[in-house]
Amino acid sequence: MDYARVLRGAAGVAGFLAVAELVGLSGLVDDRFLPRMSTVLGAATGLVADPEFLADAGATLTVWALGLLLTVALAVSAGLLLGTLPRAEAATRPLIEFLRPIPSVAVIPLAILLFSDNLHLKLAVIVYAASWPVLINTIYGLKDVDPLAKETLRSFGFGPVSVLARVALPSAAPFIATGIRVASGIAVILAISAELMAGGSEGVGIYITEAASGGRVDLMLAATLWAGLFGLVADAVMVAAERRLFRWHHVRTGGAR
Amino acid sequence: MLKITDLVHSYGSHRVLGGVSLSVAEGELVSVVGPSGCGKSTLLRSIAGLIRPSGGRITLGGRPVERTPDDLAIVFQDYSRSLFPWMSAANNVALPLRRKGMDRRQRREAAMAALDQVGLADAGSKYPWEMSGGMQQRVSIARALAYRPSLLLMDEPFGSVDAQTREDLEDLVLNVCAHHGITILLITHDIDESVYVGDRVVVLTRSPAVVAADLVIGLGRTRDQIATRQLDAFVRLRAEVGRLVRGGHTGHTTESTSVLEKK
Repeated sequence: MDYARVLRGAAGVAGFLAVAELVGLSGLVDDRFLPRMSTVLGAATGLVADPEFLADAGATLTVWALGLLLTVALAVSAGLLLGTLPRAEAATRPLIEFLRPIPSVAVIPLAILLFSDNLHLKLAVIVYAASWPVLINTIYGLKDVDPLAKETLRSFGFGPVSVLARVALPSAAPFIATGIRVASGIAVILAISAELMAGGSEGVGIYITEAASGGRVDLMLAATLWAGLFGLVADAVMVAAERRLFRWHHVRTGGAR
Repeated sequence: MLKITDLVHSYGSHRVLGGVSLSVAEGELVSVVGPSGCGKSTLLRSIAGLIRPSGGRITLGGRPVERTPDDLAIVFQDYSRSLFPWMSAANNVALPLRRKGMDRRQRREAAMAALDQVGLADAGSKYPWEMSGGMQQRVSIARALAYRPSLLLMDEPFGSVDAQTREDLEDLVLNVCAHHGITILLITHDIDESVYVGDRVVVLTRSPAVVAADLVIGLGRTRDQIATRQLDAFVRLRAEVGRLVRGGHTGHTTESTSVLEKK
């Protein structure tokens, strides 16, 4: 990890916080609408010890993890199928290209009508929205597999299923991992959006809604801050895992990222 | 052990192989040489069952080749694409042995032994991309050897390495062929190399390829990069193969036809 880069990033964050605090201090904004940054940070620290918030965070985290797991299972299998059957891929391509650009939040009202169970609803919208990058990357990764690598294994008498499992899948894995990382970010957004729109008993979205109705903008922002921070950490963990697992891929593609 | 009769193959309307017949005896090292684009790789892929030829007959050990034979291995020119970068050298060598029903420990031992044979005893845990081109091609050769194929096919195996490494690898293959009694069919466009490594040299014509000549080299099995190349017999054979590859009378025919067409 580049030390200077980390330092610059930290400086950027500190700079933003300082400016936000100064704006608050200057009295330009009424702090009933937008509390001072130090108040928000204080509230965010306080949330760590707030059992109600922790329960909500745990609920959202569970939905996120379950949703992402389902997404990976579904989208990777579908991608493997479409990636190995070019005719099926050609047949589904227009449908995929049509559905993919629809803003996923727009399907939440439909999901509210369709699902009576709150958990099912959330999982459904997460899987719907987060599947696209995984699916597309899996198909793309499989198309990118070197034909000579497959031929090598075939020449040793391995059948199509072994070639898929031992050559195609490992060589597509870095692309699939990138898709999963993008999906993880989408899953956070959809989990909280669904909580905000569809309600329910617990979740960070519910906490934000309740803080809003109680006029506690500082707590709203503090909870939002934690949600953002979680997305950031999840992404960083996955980047680190990708670097470690797919060192061969990054060396090959000259990939300093 | 390998017998090819009247092999024909076309890609669409383009006929690549025009009736190739040749046979390879047990333990022989036969080089196939020909002008580039004459269908050498098509020939190799047909033998390996990777493509289905348009016509003709291939038998390996008396059995017709319909799909990839069980006891065959290929060393490709492009080692960097043929080795799997997500596996260490030892695992690359061990992977095909799964087909042999060996357990993990047996595969590991066979892989280490094969790596030792190609002079890479200490490189088992290295990844292909941590190795030089010559080392990577040695790993490919080790992978093929560990599999103990009855026929080893090599497709321009030394085409992507530097001159010094090429010589080392040529001698490695000669050595392996002599000590392990493996039958090898080696495809090359390098005339000098075809004579240096071959017990026999089969010369193909331009496509649609047929066998222009089948020469017995008769230089014995012990060869030396410098001394062998100085032998009169070597120089004479190299010149003969060179003339055949350049086309000889076949070349004249094409030339005169094109002149006629221009008129």
